[in-house]
Amino acid sequence: MSAGVELDHVTVRFGEFTAVDDATLDIKGGEFFSFLGPSGCGKTTILRTVSGFLDPSEGTVRIGGKDMTGIGPNRRPTALIFQNLALFPLMTVTENITYGLRVQGIDKATRARKADELLNLIALPGQGNKQMSELSGGQKQRVAIARALAVQPQVLLLDEPLSALDLKLRQHMRNELRTIQRMVGITFIYITHDQGEALTMSDRIAVMNDGVIQQIGDGKAIYDEPATAFVASFVGENNPFAGMVAQANGSFALIETKFGRLRGRNPRGLKQGDKAILFVRPESAKLAPGSADTTFSSEVKSVAFEGNMTHVFLQGAGKKDITVTVGRHNGASIPERGSVATVSYDAELGLALPEGKMARE
Amino acid sequence: MSSRLVVLFVPFVVIAAFWLMARYEARQRHDPTHKGYFERNGMLLGIMFIFLVSLWTLFLVALPYLYMVVESFHPTLRPLERGGPNDVLTLAQYESFFVAHTGEGMNKVHIGAFIFSILASIAVTALNFAICYPLAFYMAQSGTPQKVRLLMLALIVPYWVNEILRAFSLRLLLATKGLINNVMVAAGFIDTPIDFLGNNVGLYVGLSYAYLLVMIFPLYNAIESLDKNQIEAARDLGAPWWRIHKDVVIPYAKPGIASGCTMVFMLSAGSLAAPQFLGGPRTLWFTSVIYNFFFQNFNWARGSAYAFILLAACIALVMLMLRLFKISLGETIK
Amino acid sequence: MKSAWVMRGMIGFYIFLFFAYLFGPLIVMSITAFNTPNYPQAYPFESFTLNWFVKLWNDRAMMEGLRNSIIIGLGVVAVSVPAGLAAAIIMSQIYHRARGLFYLVTISPLLTPGVIIGISTVIFWKDVLSITDVTKAVFYKGIILAILGQSSFVSAYCLLIFMARLTRFDRAQEEAALDLGASYPQVFWHILLPFLKPAVVSAIVIGFLSSFENYNTTTFAILADKTLVTVLAGQVRQGTTPALSALAVIIISISLVGAITYEVIKRREQARADLAQRRAKIAERAEVEASALPATSSA
Repeated sequence: MSAGVELDHVTVRFGEFTAVDDATLDIKGGEFFSFLGPSGCGKTTILRTVSGFLDPSEGTVRIGGKDMTGIGPNRRPTALIFQNLALFPLMTVTENITYGLRVQGIDKATRARKADELLNLIALPGQGNKQMSELSGGQKQRVAIARALAVQPQVLLLDEPLSALDLKLRQHMRNELRTIQRMVGITFIYITHDQGEALTMSDRIAVMNDGVIQQIGDGKAIYDEPATAFVASFVGENNPFAGMVAQANGSFALIETKFGRLRGRNPRGLKQGDKAILFVRPESAKLAPGSADTTFSSEVKSVAFEGNMTHVFLQGAGKKDITVTVGRHNGASIPERGSVATVSYDAELGLALPEGKMARE
Repeated sequence: MSSRLVVLFVPFVVIAAFWLMARYEARQRHDPTHKGYFERNGMLLGIMFIFLVSLWTLFLVALPYLYMVVESFHPTLRPLERGGPNDVLTLAQYESFFVAHTGEGMNKVHIGAFIFSILASIAVTALNFAICYPLAFYMAQSGTPQKVRLLMLALIVPYWVNEILRAFSLRLLLATKGLINNVMVAAGFIDTPIDFLGNNVGLYVGLSYAYLLVMIFPLYNAIESLDKNQIEAARDLGAPWWRIHKDVVIPYAKPGIASGCTMVFMLSAGSLAAPQFLGGPRTLWFTSVIYNFFFQNFNWARGSAYAFILLAACIALVMLMLRLFKISLGETIK
Repeated sequence: MKSAWVMRGMIGFYIFLFFAYLFGPLIVMSITAFNTPNYPQAYPFESFTLNWFVKLWNDRAMMEGLRNSIIIGLGVVAVSVPAGLAAAIIMSQIYHRARGLFYLVTISPLLTPGVIIGISTVIFWKDVLSITDVTKAVFYKGIILAILGQSSFVSAYCLLIFMARLTRFDRAQEEAALDLGASYPQVFWHILLPFLKPAVVSAIVIGFLSSFENYNTTTFAILADKTLVTVLAGQVRQGTTPALSALAVIIISISLVGAITYEVIKRREQARADLAQRRAKIAERAEVEASALPATSSA
């Protein structure tokens, strides 16, 4: 059984500091929902507010339609996977997994049965008597998940669970988690600063910065249609061209930048005179001339061959380089360092957004 | 007795004040993580904790001290006279420390004992420090965990033997008919036995011996946390070994040194066993004076006054030392 | 280099001197326990005897003192370990400003000379218990006062032991248990106390030993009764036989046995931990290899 989670104008303040500012969203039951953002953006605070360890300073949290105000973490239908897992070191694998059942007073035989079921689910059959100190990182992960699933929560909350694992294992676990979620069918709320994780695993993502939710949408929406400069620069690589709107007609805008006038889509309805940033993704740019308002030139600072791709770094307007990424068998000729290259892009792939704070490098 | 009973109310007033302050603060700071005390521990456990802690801090610590201090401001009375008309507040007991009981001149005996105890304790602390520092340094810097553990064990085992027995064993060594004298006379080094005990040598040896462990542990902990690279760096820059200690190790280990020295000093000054068994017949240790007031004169009020003087002096000295060497109190408590 | 050898030699000599200073008197005393003369004497060694141990066993006063010391020790542990634990828990939950004062009050018995604790205990409780004749008759006893006096500082030892252990406690475990549905008391019994168990054992052992060997405070608080230590003190003062040395030999033997047992236990624990770590490493390696293979369904 799974439940949806509603945040209704939730604000969480610690003294003078606002960790979460007026967050409103509606997570559907059975969804794999992620909060994505840099450290300190407020995603952990939201997780702890949903699980009941924090009370919101304003607003309400509803789980399955029920108002959770005043209900402590031990009475909410949620289970939390901690970042450091917080497994009980003095208990065996089985005792850890069945702890939630033990506090409910369920008898030993039933607990043993449940433990076996879950051990099979997480591919650790028969390992119930092992101590925590004997397990590997990945095994501990799975025990933590089994422990949470044992209490049959309606919502499972995961706090950057994969950040402590090494790369190969992380990718393997991404698939495992997604598979488990589909099998069990409950709502997963996942927080991470790694966009790769968020994009590959989630049904929908909420991008956060400085306590404010920037955008909510699925992976494609976040990547192709970022709503703010922060989302555009945080998710994936992006080249920003800052400037002012010289002309805006219909769905396109012409931005006056240091590289001349450049055109891009204008989904946010910017008007002439507005400060704006034009974003062009490295893979959307070509090393060939195009039409007048989608072409610019710059000096090539360095070239990096990465096997299946080549990155060309050109001098940007400020400290940040312009990146153009060319596929291996693209056919274009790679310019040399020091030469001046011409770059162009499809106007459809350029995006003009209102000026705003961008992701820190 | 009414002036004494007032004492009983003071701590309750203090606790009530603290409780009110806590409620006030809780209302001011809106902390989303704050959970009430009874919420966190459950009603039963919460009450038990408060009960145990109150029993300890009030009835075993605060009230007895306060009561003793109040007692020191009362005259010496026979049991029947207590609560009667003679039971008034007075400074007579404190006066008796300074003024001789004949009424003229200073109380040379007691003041002398007091000054001797304090000075001797300081000397013992210094001696103790000099003995322990090298070992603490050696253990902290060059020991493998196993070596350190064995050394620790070797240090602790003698201390499981009671301090009385330890003082006794030193007496066996140092008495005029003791081992050292017997061996030296038999070997012909000396003709007549040396009176170690009468010269207070025994006392100093005994007191430093008694508290070696108390000095070693804080020293070891402090030096152990020093990054060995700092010493290497100093040696690299050409500093001789004594400068390394003076400029690098000792300043870093100051809180540990202060902690160890404070404990040794206070234990020495308040020591009862070593002076009783190892002191010469002419030496009078201040704590023995207090002991005698209780067990020979049954003069509890005067004993309390002297005890309070001892405590006040020790605390004053320790605070002075801390201020002198620029260490805060918080650092020493570790 | 010559200076390094000299240094090494000096250090070795110093350590030898140090431990000679530490153990020497005890060794000498042990020798006198087996020597026949009436006064404890190590040199000259006249003839070997075990008589003094027998005399020790028959010494009534000592046996009574021993019995009282054990009773007081158990009483002190029964009061101090819970008090220290309660104080440590409250200390971890109390507001910052109050914490400093609370800490000062609870630690002060450790800095106070034992004589003052003994004196204040007697003076205070005599008057308090004299409020009615019944309470005075029943409770104004040396054993009870000794328990009360010693508990003031033994609780402080326990507090320090528990605090040290508590700082290493991972609060996230508490939250995990709550999250899984445990009530706060359940968290205390299931998670916190098992974690504190080693500290409880330390506190009991240290508390009992501290109480057993205490002299300064006990000598005032014990009134007309005796403990083993006060009997010893009396005998040393009045002149004594090597029966005392025999007692020392017994105590030293017990300490040595205790120390060896402790070392053995620690070694065994270490071996167990090493084994667990090795198993974990094997599991890690297997896992990394498995994840390098193409992904297969997990269940």
